[in-house]
Amino acid sequence: MNLVLCLLSTRQYLSAERIRSIVPGYADAPSDDAFFRTFERDKTELRELGIPLEVGRNKVDDPVDGYRIARRDYELGEIDLEPDEAAAVALAVRLWDSPELTGAAHGALLKLRAAGVDVDESAPTAVESKVRTTEPAFGPLLAAVQAGQAVSFDYRKHNPVEVRARELEPWGVVSWRGRWYVVGHDRERSAPRCFRLSRVVGEVRKVGRPGQVHRPDDVDLLRFVASSSGESQPSPAVKLWVADGRGAGLRRWATVVRRHEVDGVPGDVVELELAYPDTAAGWIAGYGADALVLEPDVLAKAVRERLLAAAEGPERRTRLEPAIEGNGVAR
Amino acid sequence: MSGAQDRLSRLLALVPYFLARPGILIDEAAATFGITPKQLRKDLELLWMCGLPGYGPGDLIDISFDEDTVTVTFDAGMNRPLRLTGAEATALLVALRALVDTPGVDDADAVRRAVAKIEAAAGQATPAGVAVGLGVREGARSTKRARDAVQAALSAGRALRITYYTASKDEITERVVDPMRMLIVDGRGYLEAWCRRAEDVRLFRVDRVDEAAVLDEAAAPPPYAEPTDTSTGLFRSAPDQRVAVLVLGQEARWVSEYYPVEDPEELPDGRLRVRMRYADTSWVVRLLLGLGGEVAVESPVELAEVLRAQAAAAVARMDRHLAST
Repeated sequence: MNLVLCLLSTRQYLSAERIRSIVPGYADAPSDDAFFRTFERDKTELRELGIPLEVGRNKVDDPVDGYRIARRDYELGEIDLEPDEAAAVALAVRLWDSPELTGAAHGALLKLRAAGVDVDESAPTAVESKVRTTEPAFGPLLAAVQAGQAVSFDYRKHNPVEVRARELEPWGVVSWRGRWYVVGHDRERSAPRCFRLSRVVGEVRKVGRPGQVHRPDDVDLLRFVASSSGESQPSPAVKLWVADGRGAGLRRWATVVRRHEVDGVPGDVVELELAYPDTAAGWIAGYGADALVLEPDVLAKAVRERLLAAAEGPERRTRLEPAIEGNGVAR
Repeated sequence: MSGAQDRLSRLLALVPYFLARPGILIDEAAATFGITPKQLRKDLELLWMCGLPGYGPGDLIDISFDEDTVTVTFDAGMNRPLRLTGAEATALLVALRALVDTPGVDDADAVRRAVAKIEAAAGQATPAGVAVGLGVREGARSTKRARDAVQAALSAGRALRITYYTASKDEITERVVDPMRMLIVDGRGYLEAWCRRAEDVRLFRVDRVDEAAVLDEAAAPPPYAEPTDTSTGLFRSAPDQRVAVLVLGQEARWVSEYYPVEDPEELPDGRLRVRMRYADTSWVVRLLLGLGGEVAVESPVELAEVLRAQAAAAVARMDRHLAST
């Protein structure tokens, strides 16, 4: 503390010897070695806290380096938040549910308060958001991103199932719809790729030295992940028959076209547009005999295929071909 | 960060904090810094011995404190907090930006102003390397309308009549609820409310609210209505739940990421054995029928039989329908 106050108050660079003579505590060091050990440790500690310790010489012919802290770089700028802005900050601090990010957000909040800003954390809000970081890979990957260091890790692909080592120059970690991804340059593919953190197997290993990874300026991490995660595509309209009183989940997306009887059961013919065509066959098959695909034919076949497999029991299952409409899009 | 670093970081913030709030209560300050009043007094005694070289009476930090309150009278040049570190700026600014496009945050403008001010004050400590998109799904045509009604009811403190789709039972019901708050968890918006039909607190997924009408009467959740603890996720295991043991094929492994499952066990050919809890048989049957041959039910046996029977009935109906057209 006294070291910080001393170095903040000086315009001149102070040599280690000078600091030793004026800052209380250092004078007690029993030997030069002991002093320099303590002094080095203290300098590291200050830098780790983000204190901008400057090293330099007052005159070109000074024999040794001196130290000072430039007030301009040390101090948080003037800030004054309106009550609604402070409320937004309080809400933002509560967003994280993460050992790494919750602590950092609280550190930021304390500094804002020390700057005179009043933030009421307990104020009730109408909206409460939570972003969790439960994946073990999160901490190491965030640290690698912030250090600009390449990493390697084993990654499990689901279709086909395989675990392969990947080497990545990480640009950022991204939370999209409650799932975490790491985005970066895949060294093997020599292309940008994103990986889901929940599929990282085991330890994240550091490769090379910090500061070697540089994120291209024009990359929008969020957009990259959003466009890679299998968004909905336009699809032709689907015509279904749904039994009376059944299929509420289907009906709420659909428009009734006419009455129709199938297999002696009264029901409606409905039309709907699919938001997620890849998963439509599974969704509709789930309704079993209560829903029947009339159009398109390819969807009707896909649903029948699934139900047939489910009806035939487990003996055949391991040898079954993948469902025909499955196109490997990550779900 | 070590304990000593934690303390130094706190000591650096304490002086400007007290300077901005003359005569603040010790208890209040201790709570803000997350320490005991006793620890705070120790910190203050240490600060008292800190100051500028010379360390005479006029050089040391001067703090006057009595039983309950503290005032800093000389700050020894420590009148501003330390700038934000990169990690701190990241955690705060990324969270704020995520809020800007969160549906239901009614004052996105205030969030933007806060971001601009903090960026200006933080200077070079610009965030990098973390991005958050809550990406709240708003699929159904009615979702925006429902969300607006929910928001209006919350801010006006009114009860709400909703038409709600319960996925577990595949049914649509109408109910009157007393809104408590809106939650966004894992990219989905939820209305937390006292449900007068269930006579309990319920979380309603906003994208499953098909219709919503703000009522004239005030929202009146009973005083014992407790907000849901979301710290461990929204899925709860309940005593009345049953457990199915499933073997998921490659095409069905997504189930283990999408729904909470227990004891995953890798099997040959990329299959995965999991235990899944479920409350409603009709729900689990719909899920498993949709997975077709990509899932095998090891137990309970009755569930496997129901699945086979329902699948066979569905195929038979399809085939009869095809034959008749």
